Amino acid sequence: MGTTPYLVLSALLFTVGAVGVLLRRNAIVVFMCIELMLNAANLAFVTFARLHGGLDGQVIAFFVMVVAAAEVVVGLAVIVAIFRTRRSASVDDASLLRY
Amino acid sequence: MTALTRQVTEIQSPTIEYGLLAPMLVVFGAAVLGVLVEAFLPRRVRYPVQVVLSLGALAVALGMVVTLADRVEVAAEGSVAIDGPTLFIQGTVLALSLLSVLLFAERRVDPGGDAFASAASSLPGSEDERTLTAQRVQQTEVYPLVMFSIGGMLLFPASNDLLTMFVALEVLSFPLYLLCGMARRRRLLSQEAAVKYFLLGSFSSAFFIYGVALLYGYAGSVRLSDIDRAVSEQVGSEGLLLAGVALLTVGLLFKIAAVPFHAWTPDVYQGAPTPVTGFMAACTKIAAFGALLRVLYVGLGGLRLDWQPLLWAIAILTMVVGAVVALTQSDVKRMLAYSSIAHAGFVLTGMVVVEPAGISSVLFYLAAYGFATVGAFAVVSLVRDAGGEATHLSRWAGLAKRSPLVAGVFTLFLLAFAGIPLTSGFVGKLVVFLAAWQGGAWPLVLVAVLASAVAAFFYVRVIVLMYFSEPAPEGPTVAVPSPLTAAAIGLGALVTVGLGVAPAPLLTLAEQAAVFVR
Repeated sequence: MGTTPYLVLSALLFTVGAVGVLLRRNAIVVFMCIELMLNAANLAFVTFARLHGGLDGQVIAFFVMVVAAAEVVVGLAVIVAIFRTRRSASVDDASLLRY
Repeated sequence: MTALTRQVTEIQSPTIEYGLLAPMLVVFGAAVLGVLVEAFLPRRVRYPVQVVLSLGALAVALGMVVTLADRVEVAAEGSVAIDGPTLFIQGTVLALSLLSVLLFAERRVDPGGDAFASAASSLPGSEDERTLTAQRVQQTEVYPLVMFSIGGMLLFPASNDLLTMFVALEVLSFPLYLLCGMARRRRLLSQEAAVKYFLLGSFSSAFFIYGVALLYGYAGSVRLSDIDRAVSEQVGSEGLLLAGVALLTVGLLFKIAAVPFHAWTPDVYQGAPTPVTGFMAACTKIAAFGALLRVLYVGLGGLRLDWQPLLWAIAILTMVVGAVVALTQSDVKRMLAYSSIAHAGFVLTGMVVVEPAGISSVLFYLAAYGFATVGAFAVVSLVRDAGGEATHLSRWAGLAKRSPLVAGVFTLFLLAFAGIPLTSGFVGKLVVFLAAWQGGAWPLVLVAVLASAVAAFFYVRVIVLMYFSEPAPEGPTVAVPSPLTAAAIGLGALVTVGLGVAPAPLLTLAEQAAVFVR
């Protein structure tokens, strides 16, 4: 089995994530969509590592996972802080900053 | 068992050039120590320890960068490049970080203490928050956070492979997301800024890492020199390469706040605590330009015919949108945010010519812009009323009558932004536009000059407002800062004038630094 299906799946996941970020309203869901994009990148890395016959891509995937985990810590802290203040995690409600 | 031992002995330990990495190691070390200080020292001694630790580490790192000057080497198994542009940008970032940490440490301007919330976890407007403020509880966790961020900024322009660059990007960003949400006053705005910055920042770094994945698929390596070789040998599919380059540059252009990836800038700059805004506007932008330079010149230099037209378009858009939208702003911090967007466009003008003159002019411009920016935001933090900083422009009317000194210094920074002769901004604009002109980008220079004229208009408007309007009877007061802020503003003003009157030494330095190691 070739590597193409995996790359297609990775591109699809990335697109789903990107569209989700743009369309969804809940900050947590938006954040999950961003994580989906990171995982799409991981899938691409691993697939390309297989394609090139090296291990670099697999190692990079681990780095991305660690970064994503750190991102969860920071992101949830920020989102929970604003949720406690406003009782809402909708990105539309956060609109005090404008012209 | 024997097979296992044989395998183990075959692994060679990597060689790490600790001497070359020393500035970054010192800053990261200080950040880790700062976390330990938070955990183990009693509250009342934390502030002096943290401030001395941070300033000391930054000064030591700056000294190390100076002693490393002229080194052109690749360190840490090829993942970190120590060369002219790296060291110049590291030096600039460290110097500006020193000024920023001085502003972070200011505790006399606000009656409640420093610019940061007593406890970021307390609910805005709650009993909890009032008690903490009444007890004058002040947190010091901002110092380790800002040190981690500075460490990331030192690594970002030095990364010689895209994985290191991604990790550096995240190390510099995460602490900033948190710092943005920690303002003492107007906490709702601050938290909103943090959420916006976090979501958009992670969104853009997801683009960045997917671009890296595609480039890895194209070249079989994330090392910039390998990508350069793969581009010149045309090994893989061009679609993969171009898509990868596009996604990668989106991630970087977001960090420098180029149009159309600028939407976060005004909101985040306005909502974040002012010392953090100054730090972000100066240091993040400089580090990100360093990384963008390295990626475009070292990794993708062979592809310049593909990215140059796009960069032209983005530079023009950035300058025009930044300058025109700034005209309509009524908040000082938002106006400075749009002005920083316009400045990103001017720097891009110098970058489109792939020549050493382009690199050196960009380096000089970044240094000139950085000092004026930190100084300007420091002045903004001084003009206050009962609710905190009085950032609405109408409140600044007649400021010169209340405090001629503060108005005068702010005028100096605005003139530098506008590019008036005898300030650093004039020399910066001159060298960037000259480099672009000689590189054949004259239409771009034409747009840049027009955009500068528009930009000069709104800077001068603020100056006129400060000097020729009657102050409102209930106008804001100008706080008398401690020597910390005074030193930061003074140094910013000194460098701004110094680079305008005698730019030659720094220009020579930038010219000598304009060679990338490959």
